[in-house]
Amino acid sequence: MAEVLVYVDHVDGAVRKPTLELLTLARRVGEPVAVALGAGAEATAAVLAEHGAVKVLTADAPEFADYLVVPKVDALQAAYDAASAGGSLAAVLVPSSAEGKEIAARLAVRIGSGIITDAIDLEAGDEGPVATQAAFAASFTTKSRVSKGTPVITVKPNSAPVEAAPAAGAVEALAVTFGALATGTKVVSRTPRESTGRPELTEAAIVVSGGRGVNGAENFHLIEELADSLGAAVGASRAAVDAGWYPHTNQVGQTGKSVSPQLYIAAGISGAIQHRAGMQTSKTIVAVNKDAEAPIFDLVDYGVVGDLFEVVPQLTGEIKARKG
Amino acid sequence: MSLRIVVCVKYVPDATGDRHFADDLTVDRDDVDGLLSELDEYAVEQALQIADEADDAEITVLTVGPEDAKDALRKALSMGADKAIHVEDDDLHGTDVIGTSLVLAKAVEKAGYDLVITGMASTDGTMGVLPAILAERLGVPQVTLLSEVKVEDGTVTGRRDGDSASEQLVASLPALVSVTDQSGEARYPSFKGIMAAKKKPVESWDLSDLDLDAEEVGLQGAYTVVESAAQRPARTAGTVVKDEGEGGKQLAEFLAGQKFI
Repeated sequence: MAEVLVYVDHVDGAVRKPTLELLTLARRVGEPVAVALGAGAEATAAVLAEHGAVKVLTADAPEFADYLVVPKVDALQAAYDAASAGGSLAAVLVPSSAEGKEIAARLAVRIGSGIITDAIDLEAGDEGPVATQAAFAASFTTKSRVSKGTPVITVKPNSAPVEAAPAAGAVEALAVTFGALATGTKVVSRTPRESTGRPELTEAAIVVSGGRGVNGAENFHLIEELADSLGAAVGASRAAVDAGWYPHTNQVGQTGKSVSPQLYIAAGISGAIQHRAGMQTSKTIVAVNKDAEAPIFDLVDYGVVGDLFEVVPQLTGEIKARKG
Repeated sequence: MSLRIVVCVKYVPDATGDRHFADDLTVDRDDVDGLLSELDEYAVEQALQIADEADDAEITVLTVGPEDAKDALRKALSMGADKAIHVEDDDLHGTDVIGTSLVLAKAVEKAGYDLVITGMASTDGTMGVLPAILAERLGVPQVTLLSEVKVEDGTVTGRRDGDSASEQLVASLPALVSVTDQSGEARYPSFKGIMAAKKKPVESWDLSDLDLDAEEVGLQGAYTVVESAAQRPARTAGTVVKDEGEGGKQLAEFLAGQKFI
């Protein structure tokens, strides 16, 4: 069976959930070979093996942290060279983070392959893996495949279930030679984002977002309390972010994050096309808005026309009461 | 010495219009108005600010696209760019990101550059991979997804706000920069700017000007195939209730019924 390279997104050895989802999809098109880079790479092997990796290729070097993107491309290319020398390679799968997409893109052009980004599903086809994508603010669903080279595909979080599928997961050291471009862009300093203790926005099963109707940074605690009662991530519309009420990293929409949770709750968000582009693939959509004419109500499974300052705290209280 | 800045922009279908696919599964551009991709306005803005700080700088705005794409160039010129290059060729129809990056790389090299600036993504394809591919093709540092950018003494520095950390980056010119919508509000063209734009030069290049063959671009040169495109069924209208004092409780009831509580 052909191998599939899976790029591992991890933080000091802790594998992030989208990578485990990728392993589920990878098994549909071949045998997953994981590529883990940087500090803690070897520590990822156990969990990757548990989720289907037949092999885990690891490499660590200061370049991965000290320079932007390109050293990781050099490493992934080394893994590609090694895997394709051993036989056919079905695909290279990379999580659809900002960095993941850049790594995948550079690899694709280097190896003379096509690239598909932000797949929301993947299946085996007669002429290679077929990826499902959402287009035009998720108003269309397309199915595409790469027609030249080894398919390089990035996959959005929440696109597949995480499934245990124990495999050998033998760790092998990957030999990487860095090219001249690897040290082109130096990372002078890195300030880690403070943890809120809430789930990562793009990975969360439930997202609660606030918009213009929240009417001030000082009111966002209402959104946060509702989110916390559900174990959800907090999002914000562009209007709320541009007004400085919530950080840009939490922005949901065309110029922010695209989310696809099981449940999306929009409070005080009218639902402009730019916002819908970022949340329309959510499984269940709920909205609270004063304006009965707000376009968000065209999307909802359940909507409440009302003042969020009344409805949201009542909802939070009710959830807490029900959860005991 | 003059700082040569090339800003790559895209003419995209208006997101508020009725966007759909043509019969050949390319983006239908006939039935919906186009405009300069909003995210590229931030690239033009940063180019203008960098040029303001430089002793001597020239901003060329570059696009690949059909006849109408000139509108995107005019907008950038009216904001203050100095000149424009339009790569237009019937054989470009259906070109994917790999092909587009090839055309842009050839055009950027032909134009001459110290700094290439792009937006973070187009607002139609929204892939966000073109800047990285273009840097790879040009063989220059990629300094991408910047929310702050500064160019001085032959180096570019910037801040990249990622999910887990905020990074300060530095690279030597020539380099490729992409900027986010957090980099700074894009200016509106003034009346004077709009009038001046009419007199600014717009060069037209075709594939032969770039030593490219038709087979390298267009649908036949594409590295991906769209097999099908289907409109998502409109979401079936859900329940919308008016809050009469119990709205939060009714919503909790719905969420419990869906097993979210």
